[in-house]
Amino acid sequence: MSIYLNKDSKIIVQGMTGGMGAKHTTLMVESGADIVGGVNARKAGTTVELGGKELPVFGTVEEAMKETGANVSVAFVPPAFTKDACIEAIDAEIPLLVVITEGVPVLDTAEVVQYLEGKSTRMIGPNCPGIITPQESLAGITPHTIAGKGPIGLVSKSGTLTYQMMYELKDYGFTTAIGIGGDPIIGTTHIDALEAFENDPETKAIVMIGEIGGDAEERAAAYIKEHVTKPVVGYVAGFTAPEGKTMGHAGAIVSGSSGTAQAKKEALEAAGVKVGKTPSETAELMRAVLKEI
Amino acid sequence: MVTLVDLMEFQAKELFAKHGVATTLGVVAETPEAARAAAEEMGGVTVVKAQVKAGGRGKAGGVKIAKTADEAESYARDIIGMEIKGLRVNRVLVTPATPPVEEYYFSFLLDRSNRSHLCIASVEGGVEIEEVAKTNPDAVKQIRIDALEGVTPEKAAAIVDEAKFPAALRDQAIEMVQKLWKVYVEEDATLVEVNPLARLEGDKLEALDGKVSLDDNASEVRHPDHEQFEIREEADPLEAKAKDKGLNYVKLDGQVGIIGNGAGLVMSTLDVVAYAGEAHGGVKPANFLDIGGGANAQVMADGLDVIINDPQVKSVFVNVFGGITACDEVANGIKGALEILGDEESKPLVVRLDGNNVEEGRRILDELNHPLVTQVDTMDGAADKAAELAHQA
Repeated sequence: MSIYLNKDSKIIVQGMTGGMGAKHTTLMVESGADIVGGVNARKAGTTVELGGKELPVFGTVEEAMKETGANVSVAFVPPAFTKDACIEAIDAEIPLLVVITEGVPVLDTAEVVQYLEGKSTRMIGPNCPGIITPQESLAGITPHTIAGKGPIGLVSKSGTLTYQMMYELKDYGFTTAIGIGGDPIIGTTHIDALEAFENDPETKAIVMIGEIGGDAEERAAAYIKEHVTKPVVGYVAGFTAPEGKTMGHAGAIVSGSSGTAQAKKEALEAAGVKVGKTPSETAELMRAVLKEI
Repeated sequence: MVTLVDLMEFQAKELFAKHGVATTLGVVAETPEAARAAAEEMGGVTVVKAQVKAGGRGKAGGVKIAKTADEAESYARDIIGMEIKGLRVNRVLVTPATPPVEEYYFSFLLDRSNRSHLCIASVEGGVEIEEVAKTNPDAVKQIRIDALEGVTPEKAAAIVDEAKFPAALRDQAIEMVQKLWKVYVEEDATLVEVNPLARLEGDKLEALDGKVSLDDNASEVRHPDHEQFEIREEADPLEAKAKDKGLNYVKLDGQVGIIGNGAGLVMSTLDVVAYAGEAHGGVKPANFLDIGGGANAQVMADGLDVIINDPQVKSVFVNVFGGITACDEVANGIKGALEILGDEESKPLVVRLDGNNVEEGRRILDELNHPLVTQVDTMDGAADKAAELAHQA
């Protein structure tokens, strides 16, 4: 088992013919993921060979889904067009939409997230590495060679910290690892992923990686306390980061939190989460947890 | 990561005026003489305000009321050059003094927690809104804005009524709320704040002070004109140099230079170096530098060039996890960077490579056998080594 993505996932790529899209479609095909085609209105009807596979290009997400049975779309479209690409995929009722694109205007993301309400699509991202279920499927840019299958579920804001943590714990392996992205507004949150991992019988323990800013980690901590019975180990990056750009005074009132790494660590610890000071210490804490299970 | 660009008051007011929000632009002066000339031109009582991206300007002595042009000049002389929250004041805004009858608070902002937009309004403005929120939370109204519908005339009226703006100002307030929303949406802001929103003599509503933060992502995509708001002199010279080279660099106060890939990993590297420094005379990370995915020789050389020109830096820690970028490319990048920099590079370099193609990457650096380069296999070990070298230097 896994969450959101498995060996039966059929993946299309929005923006497959662009530079990033082509490069990562190749890597996804090589990882063994079932990539079934791409979307580009201007190149509809053609095919592209990537990673040794002949992939059809469709004019719309809807058409691609109808022709291939795709249930996952990975978007590599440029930031100016990301909103429209997302709306198109949501309208086509794609079950899982993974938005890799970096630099999407936050007002656009806010619109897309609002648009998702009451719709059947789950969105991960934007500005994220995507999701990997090792040895089954990959929808995103996470290298598939870092770690194999195992009992750990991973959710992280940061891409490279996802890779680092998978590497640190490659002796155990992962059910699924999700990079949810570090933008101020994102589709799938820490809480969504925690809920899914809690309900996944093969996930025995969860590692959650956060960063300074916002109050997502504090909210996740509150959720863990109430709803998560599996052991959770946490890591927060940015203890020594200087106070960044603040969003005026109003931001602090709304979040009710200073957003510092220390505040996040304390909130997580108060919810029974063991929090490591460094990635390697976090991995050690996870090993200790897994040995007890 | 979304970078937010905070504007100064005079810039925020320019955007207000562009969208029809009632405000007084005033004159920006970079010298006491210019402030005097502006005050003379305006005649009467003026306000001289420090223009700096920090709150609490009044408390710091950066806002003065001048009865005469002489006074305006003298206040400007005091204010220009002063530091407010560590930022040097390089200019003042001179405006005619318009004493408010009442002061209110109004803002639109990005609400991360609820993944939408929020309006905060209070008729108890003019003071620090956090204080009001604590002492009299009922007076601070928080109203969620639907990201798809935005602020319709009906929504604006609902906001004004909920915040209990005086009846005499209702129509004006409704109009202003819609115009401020236009500033927020059409300029891609993440914060539009008016404090105070003033009721002037004759029941006129005006934005007396303003704060706007813009979304850098959106500026890249659809607001080329936002470039004008960037004021370079505020940046540290090394930060300015890094920006010219397109590097994501933040100068800090420490001795160990840091280069890494990915914001999360770099932040984590700063933490690990700070912990390691505790055992080595308390050395600290000297900077944040994320070279992203493309760690080629030129990017690496540009990064190293910025870091080694920081006189505080005693050692450099290059921490790369090869995800998409293969470690051999990174190793070649380091090799090329050392060739480009030549004798300019004189500080010890600790390199930790892991991940994709790590064996080949390590082999390239072993073969290079450069006297300044030390390879350490783990992040913790490399941080310790870099801290040790910085302490010894």
